[in-house]
Amino acid sequence: MAEFTTEDALRSRWSAAARPRAVRWFSGLGVVFVLGAAALGLLATRLTGMSYAVALAVAVVLLLTGGSCLGAAVVVQYPRAVGRLLQRLGLPLFLLAVAAIIVVAWAPVLLWPDKPLIVRDVLAVVGAVGFVSLFASFAIWWERKVAGRIQSRLGPMRVGGWHGWAQSIADGLKLFQKEDILPGGGDAVLFRMAAYVTFVPALSLFIALPFSAAWVGRDLDVGLLLIVALFGLGVIGVLLGGWASNNKWSMYGAMREACQVISYEIPLGFSLLIPIMVAGTLRLTTIGELQAGGFWTWLAFRNPFTLIAALTFLIATLASCKRAPFDLPEAESELVAGYMTEYSGFRWALFMFAEYAEMFAAGALTAILFFGAWHSPLPAAWGAAWATGPLWQQALHGVVFSGPLWLIFKGIFFVYVQIWLRWTLPRIRLDQVMHACVQFMLPVTMVVLLAQTFWQLLVPAGSVLAVALNLACTVLGALVALGIASIAVYGLRYRRRLVGTLVVDHLPGS
Amino acid sequence: MTPSEIVEILKGAFPQAVGEPSADGSHPGVAVAAEAWHEAAVFLRDDPRLRMNMLRCLSGLDLHPEPHLELVYDLISMRPGGAAGLWENAGEIAIRVRVPRDGGRVRSVADVWPAAEWHERETFDLLGVTFDQHPDLRRILCPDDWVGHPLRKDYEFPTEYEGIPAAAASADVKK
Amino acid sequence: MPDAPLTNSPDSLADVERVVPGELRTEEMLLNMGPQHPSTHGVLRLVLRTDGELVLEAVPHIGYLHRCAEKIGESVASFQFIPITDRLDYLAAMINNQGFSLAVEKLAGLEVPERARYIRVIMAELNRIASHLVSFGTYGLDMGAFTPFLYGFREREYILDLFEAACGARLTYSFITPGGVTQDLPDGFLDNLARFLDYFEPKIDEYNDLLSFNYIFIKRTAGVGVISPEDAIAYGLTGPCLRGSGVKWDLRRCMPYELYDRFDFEIPVGVAGGTDRIPREVVAGDSWSRYFVRMQEMKQSVRILRQCVQQLPAGEFRNKPKGILKLPPKEVYLEVEGARGQLGFLVVGDGKAVPRRVKIRGPSFCNLAITKHVCRQVLLADIAAILGSIDVVMGEVDR
Repeated sequence: MAEFTTEDALRSRWSAAARPRAVRWFSGLGVVFVLGAAALGLLATRLTGMSYAVALAVAVVLLLTGGSCLGAAVVVQYPRAVGRLLQRLGLPLFLLAVAAIIVVAWAPVLLWPDKPLIVRDVLAVVGAVGFVSLFASFAIWWERKVAGRIQSRLGPMRVGGWHGWAQSIADGLKLFQKEDILPGGGDAVLFRMAAYVTFVPALSLFIALPFSAAWVGRDLDVGLLLIVALFGLGVIGVLLGGWASNNKWSMYGAMREACQVISYEIPLGFSLLIPIMVAGTLRLTTIGELQAGGFWTWLAFRNPFTLIAALTFLIATLASCKRAPFDLPEAESELVAGYMTEYSGFRWALFMFAEYAEMFAAGALTAILFFGAWHSPLPAAWGAAWATGPLWQQALHGVVFSGPLWLIFKGIFFVYVQIWLRWTLPRIRLDQVMHACVQFMLPVTMVVLLAQTFWQLLVPAGSVLAVALNLACTVLGALVALGIASIAVYGLRYRRRLVGTLVVDHLPGS
Repeated sequence: MTPSEIVEILKGAFPQAVGEPSADGSHPGVAVAAEAWHEAAVFLRDDPRLRMNMLRCLSGLDLHPEPHLELVYDLISMRPGGAAGLWENAGEIAIRVRVPRDGGRVRSVADVWPAAEWHERETFDLLGVTFDQHPDLRRILCPDDWVGHPLRKDYEFPTEYEGIPAAAASADVKK
Repeated sequence: MPDAPLTNSPDSLADVERVVPGELRTEEMLLNMGPQHPSTHGVLRLVLRTDGELVLEAVPHIGYLHRCAEKIGESVASFQFIPITDRLDYLAAMINNQGFSLAVEKLAGLEVPERARYIRVIMAELNRIASHLVSFGTYGLDMGAFTPFLYGFREREYILDLFEAACGARLTYSFITPGGVTQDLPDGFLDNLARFLDYFEPKIDEYNDLLSFNYIFIKRTAGVGVISPEDAIAYGLTGPCLRGSGVKWDLRRCMPYELYDRFDFEIPVGVAGGTDRIPREVVAGDSWSRYFVRMQEMKQSVRILRQCVQQLPAGEFRNKPKGILKLPPKEVYLEVEGARGQLGFLVVGDGKAVPRRVKIRGPSFCNLAITKHVCRQVLLADIAAILGSIDVVMGEVDR
């Protein structure tokens, strides 16, 4: 998309003759509707009971319709001015919408935590859908920006103004408009179903994914089990899609996906067992609260085995999310687009949404299980007074000590790691994927599981050995974090130099 | 090894089939009879003095109005042993094989130099020479249902292909 | 098939044997790869006979880009054919111009001024670098690494800027012409060239670190698609594909044309791994060797260019023939070392300006013919590795 602005979207296509007529009609209708609404409103004050409610509802609808008509009249009359205004206000409006969705979705849950579960669930679903759509559009834009910077390009720069922030929204609009193509000879029902079968589990797992101890749709006893199960379900949609496409490339992609994802479920499961063993529960909020005492209590840094488990878990989630270097199911240089070859428009967008939702879920799960969940590196005990203080202190506590912001930040960091790897590494071959799983990941995770068992049996929690190894792992983790931070600082400092190399400056006259 | 020396060796082995070296100094070569070509090719490749191990190019020439097509096989002998591990050019020559324009046949040398397989398919496609015992003699550049051999001098351009008006036809329309 | 089938190298088969035990066989499937496929680099079509992920046989079908270049050559004067040669190997159009010009000059006995010869060498070597950069980038793409592609194109952009300054075109130059070049180098060209070389030379090492010595990349390409030197010669492979098999054969050195005997440069070849920085897994003649030969060749081209910048004499840039250039009734066959191998032109004169016959030996055409032989019993992902390392340009294959 070359350059698409809000002004373009709103540019009037009315001809010169039709425009005054349209303005007359719209404004006339608008005035009529608004007057009607006013009259009905007056009438409603005389009514009682059911008829009062009906009259009021009709009045509101009339008012909204009238308002829309008047708005349309303004847009048709002054399209450029409105477009320019929207363009200028676009970013604040967008951010406002984001904030509104978050507030609408989550505030009631927080305000009335003991209201009936069904209401809570509905709110959680709304919140999850909102979060996933927002996160997917953000992550797609972000991935393109990161890829651009890695490749000494700028990435999207046009749509919406500041650094092309509306690129994903424009792409989404484009995908909505695209023709929904069913491949000839394909299984139409399964083909249609596949996109949902992939999307729905990816979405549903957010119900049980805690953003903090309080911010969770359903705090299940078996939360982790549910999430992992839903994680594994996505592969069925991919298999269905690959089979129903009636395309050999899709079939190959689906088969690769099945073979890869199902194989990596095993090391994934073994890695998961480590935090479960340490915490003694499948409840994610409990596992999270276990790591509240500063970053040296994070599960990854408990002992060397948990650290290895964290790494194997990261690798296994890479394979489960089919991200590079494990992106074989959609390997474009081999399989065109793998299982997505025949998908277009919104169905394709659903696959993408599911992929990014899974990416975030994987990142968030890594954070919850191994990297301190929703806690900042500072011990939560330091901020215990703030947690129960006035609202501003609670807000500050959320930013500094623990809260959903920290989980989202950590999730995005792990998504960034996935993006980083994707744009740096080549893809490995299928036999190497399986080889790595069976001959490397599986033995390593098994040995780690066994070692962790003995560790828990033989090494008491406060012993010198435990403390020393905890310290060593923490230092190691801190060094890695420092390394990443210094790379980031270096990149930020020299970002102009890294990006600006395409400027042709060596030719005479330039 | 100079071309004339190569011709001498070849002539020693095939006194009947090998002609005189061509007078054209810019592309030294020798004519070989079509019937003896395959044997000569094996000899050229295997003889320890020659070892023409690479077929560089096979060009078909239409000698119209003469009733002949000429196949020019450009051979080269590459051997290791130069300075600093470099391989050397130990002699090159062009072999010319004449076949009649109508129904011209010659034994394929794809078994001698696998490189010949596609070159022969191309010559078959564009000039219409049939190569006997070729592993897979099909058209290679033109579509399978193409009519005629485009590089023949008396080739007539089709006016349409599969219902698509061809260049010659549209040029007529413009006139 | 040939009477005495050439053995496939045992190394490549051993790799596959480990992956797929011979007992496990499933139903075979025919898979049509191309003419529209991301890793066939144009309109190549391969019909694969597969058994699961294993490719039992790959049969290439070509001709989708056939533009009758040879027929056109018989219909237009030799000067007019120069723009057609641009469109053969469109990633190294300068070298095509040069090859055809050399053939016509040899046929017509045209002298070329020394300055023009230097300019030609500069252009040819720059174009070789540009072409190898595309090859480097797209090979990364074939292996699933996106980023090298952008880096390769970023560097190529500078070269295209230089070409644009010299002749106004960025892809199809028609710059080198019988008798010399169409115009002299613009002011400041040599300075810019020297600056580019200073900028570019360290980048090659950077790209080696980024891609060539990447562990996954080595795992994907080393030992895949091994071509023995005997096979390479028998199939008429030339250029980096031949040198990747360890045959130290480069026309610029073995049968020098233009001024290549004046320059000091080396001929990189593929060697077995374990020495120097060459990874342990590498076998001479595998995909990695072919790829790495190109990376090393860029360095040698930089070396040649540096010498050109120092030595470039003043003088005429073109010996323009009087009137229309008539081709005597003789025949020449001449090969130059193109970016992808030996580009040959057979030109037959007729006493007229229009040649009687122009035959083009496209190196990619010959190199591609070996795919059928190499792509046997390999994995589906290896097809991309092998095709990418052979680095064909379909414009040259189909002509």
